[in-house]
Amino acid sequence: MRLAFRFALESDKITADGVEVTSFPDLARRYRISSVPKTVVGEGLEFVGALPESQLLQQVQQAAAAEPGTIT
Amino acid sequence: MPLISDDVAAQLREEFQGLLNPVRLVVFSQALADPEAAQVKRLVEELGALDPRLSVETANFVLDKQRVEALSIARIPAVAILDAEEDYGIRFYGVPSGYEFGTLVEAILDVSRGDSGLADETRAALSELPRPVHLQVFSTPT
Repeated sequence: MRLAFRFALESDKITADGVEVTSFPDLARRYRISSVPKTVVGEGLEFVGALPESQLLQQVQQAAAAEPGTIT
Repeated sequence: MPLISDDVAAQLREEFQGLLNPVRLVVFSQALADPEAAQVKRLVEELGALDPRLSVETANFVLDKQRVEALSIARIPAVAILDAEEDYGIRFYGVPSGYEFGTLVEAILDVSRGDSGLADETRAALSELPRPVHLQVFSTPT
């Protein structure tokens, strides 16, 4: 979560929500949260566990390069 | 009885010596209808009282529509972490307890310093992103 916040701090193109998901069962269902930490990048990329900085960057770049709605 | 114990408060005061610029914590709640939101409001108010460089603002999620829209608040309880002038798009939703309380404190310190601490290559790559990306990191209390 801290790395996501740091990405948001660095770039005005990035926004980051840290979500304590037990407060939001609707989100848990919507994003199929069964293990944490789970990160959803943009509209469709997602991963479980903590990624190093370089790999989170790759995910962000991939999400930013995709046309909205094209990642499934 | 405070939510932040005396021991933790003392430790946080020490950590907040590392604050550089003022940080604004905007808490969105609807306290009467939501005990969890009331807890977050109380927790952030206690946190804000630990250092004069921290300020806490509270907003009602239902009544204060202008601020809800301005800060793109999607649900409550929510905490927006901003500096005096800029909104970096950093939000915490839910109750920041356990490990994530530490994450909130770290975010406050990072925003205050205005420095992401990321590697130069990462900074360069992020400056060239072609379009916005929204990150959502889900956790549970630990």
